[in-house]
Amino acid sequence: MLKITATLKTAFRALRRNPLRSALTTLGIIIGIASVIAMVQIGEGSSAAIKQTFTSMGANTLIVFPGAAASGGVSFGGGSAVTLTAEDAAAIARDCPTVAAAAPMVHARLQLVRGNQNWVPQFIYGTTPAFLKIRDWPVVEGRPITNADVLGANEVCLLGQTDVRELFPSGKAVGKTILVQNVPLRVVGVLARKGANMMGMDQDDVIVLPWTTLKYRVSGSALENQNQNTAAASSSTTSTDQLYPETAQSLYPTASASEQLDTPQPVSFPNVNGIFVAVPTLAQIPQATQEITTLLRQRHHLQPGQPSDFNIRNLAEISQALGKTSTMMTNLLTGVALISLLVGGVGIMNIMLVSVTERTREIGLRMAVGAKARDILSQFVLEAMVLCLCGGLLGIIAGEGLSSLIKHMLHWPIAVSVPAIIASVAVAAGVGLIFGWYPAWKASRLDPIEALRYE
Amino acid sequence: MDLIKTDGLFKTYRLGGGDLAVLKGVSLTIATGELVALMGASGSGKTTLMNILGCLDRPTAGSYFFDGQEISRLSPNQRAVLRNSKIGFVFQNFNLLPRTSALENVLLPTNYVEDGLSAKAARQRAVQWLERVGLAERMHHEPAQLSGGQQQRVAIARALVNNPRLVLADEPTGNLDSHTSEEVLQMFQQLNTRQGITMVLVTHDANVAAHAQRVIHIKDGLIGDVLAAGPAGGPQHA
Repeated sequence: MLKITATLKTAFRALRRNPLRSALTTLGIIIGIASVIAMVQIGEGSSAAIKQTFTSMGANTLIVFPGAAASGGVSFGGGSAVTLTAEDAAAIARDCPTVAAAAPMVHARLQLVRGNQNWVPQFIYGTTPAFLKIRDWPVVEGRPITNADVLGANEVCLLGQTDVRELFPSGKAVGKTILVQNVPLRVVGVLARKGANMMGMDQDDVIVLPWTTLKYRVSGSALENQNQNTAAASSSTTSTDQLYPETAQSLYPTASASEQLDTPQPVSFPNVNGIFVAVPTLAQIPQATQEITTLLRQRHHLQPGQPSDFNIRNLAEISQALGKTSTMMTNLLTGVALISLLVGGVGIMNIMLVSVTERTREIGLRMAVGAKARDILSQFVLEAMVLCLCGGLLGIIAGEGLSSLIKHMLHWPIAVSVPAIIASVAVAAGVGLIFGWYPAWKASRLDPIEALRYE
Repeated sequence: MDLIKTDGLFKTYRLGGGDLAVLKGVSLTIATGELVALMGASGSGKTTLMNILGCLDRPTAGSYFFDGQEISRLSPNQRAVLRNSKIGFVFQNFNLLPRTSALENVLLPTNYVEDGLSAKAARQRAVQWLERVGLAERMHHEPAQLSGGQQQRVAIARALVNNPRLVLADEPTGNLDSHTSEEVLQMFQQLNTRQGITMVLVTHDANVAAHAQRVIHIKDGLIGDVLAAGPAGGPQHA
């Protein structure tokens, strides 16, 4: 132990004798370690940033669609069955442990009217407040829709940026009223901008309202628009029927006009067009899929062997590509950083060789006064390792500085990576050992007589 | 009691095609407590002999007993231990570590002590020897801040710090002016008489040899005349 501390002291003293050279030699290691640290942390940060972006695009959402309905051998395609209900969504959120949130979704394609402006949005979502959480979609102005809005089928809605632009040239939408199918909806909030989705569709061209409002107040027949089965059965449905309910051929006993206006439209199936499910991490998607399948089969009373009456879709392809890309990037950058570390190591070896030549007399003297080959070897290896470790420590500080600089400039979520720091210290010591070994070995093989006579 | 006893030492170097014999059967004895000068012209083999006596080198043939131990078959590591504990070296060019204080220079051999020596004990010893060579006030000076004579005295303290049985001085005054040479040589004599340390001065300078009790001449790899310069020692020629 004493010997090691003595050798360490000797190493430090030798390095202090030539501070500038030691500093310059270490620079290679400093840069190498700093870039490894920065690259790993920036890589992790950027992959977290990309993941966050993809999350807001819905990479970690599952969508449960109803299965296909068929009539007389004619299939109506996926989503045509009327099997999913809002209660299914609530049950998924409640009973599946890996599910963070679930929201039912009712589709429609309707015209929005505001004064002399009108617009048909790309997406009309009848849903619950959980939808905003699932899609990671903040409300930038006003308030989000609430569970009370859903329970009361309140005539409120949230508008996307595109719709605000189209309907409100003034830009002020909150508190104003728009007409949808002659139903007045109060705009309570405006959604944050999201841009195009992966298919190039404008995600901001959207209106979000309670699903109960959409289903029971606005589009009592939205179901029929979506479901060819029912649409085929009641081919008389036209837009004029909806505008003038008196003339519509109703499937049900006709209520009085005032009754029809005052009460929600009676719809036989309280079904929804789909259920959005959020899963905390991409890795949990398979498990969540499993849980939802089990739960829904149970809720829908399906016998073993009977096909499921629903489909669960996810954006697995995208999330896989995403994972691969970020791993590849991190590996690539770390590889480049490791190469610079290698170059730094060669620099250390070079200087250590010079140092051994320069200090031949010193080595001879040390051997004359009783240093064994082993002592000389450990002295020079330790010197190289001390150089590398000092470089490693400075490199860690520099790397942390660099990554926090990037954090402040690019606002990437960069966290201090403890494994990277530990690995850097180990790599620095390893570089010192590997690249310091050869010069030290050369030094230890010197003949003391010749070394003493060396000029 | 003989500290050094060699019998028919040969040293042959392989050069190019042929062999070059530098030592051709050197036999000598040096008693404990002697101050001996080893004299010879350059090329006579005196440096080679000194290297063998100092356990830095091995003879090609012949036997060498140091302190009752046969040396010529020892491994390099065993010789390193021996050098560390029993032999001190003083060189012509001092060989002090640059930018290192006198004290640290003196401490150098203690780093390699086999059973380990506490830092405190080593320091105490080094300070003691620096005091004995008269450099107590300058122990924190670096070699560049010391005169040649002072540097050589630091080197002497370094040679003595592990309390060796033998001090080998290779042209110890070669780089010093006559006045400081005298000082250093007197110091050798003093250490020899007061501490009883066996000294071998390797030199080609008759003035240096005059300070020894006995002069061993070496010529062409063989021992020449042995002159008893001082009171001790009879003819040691074998």
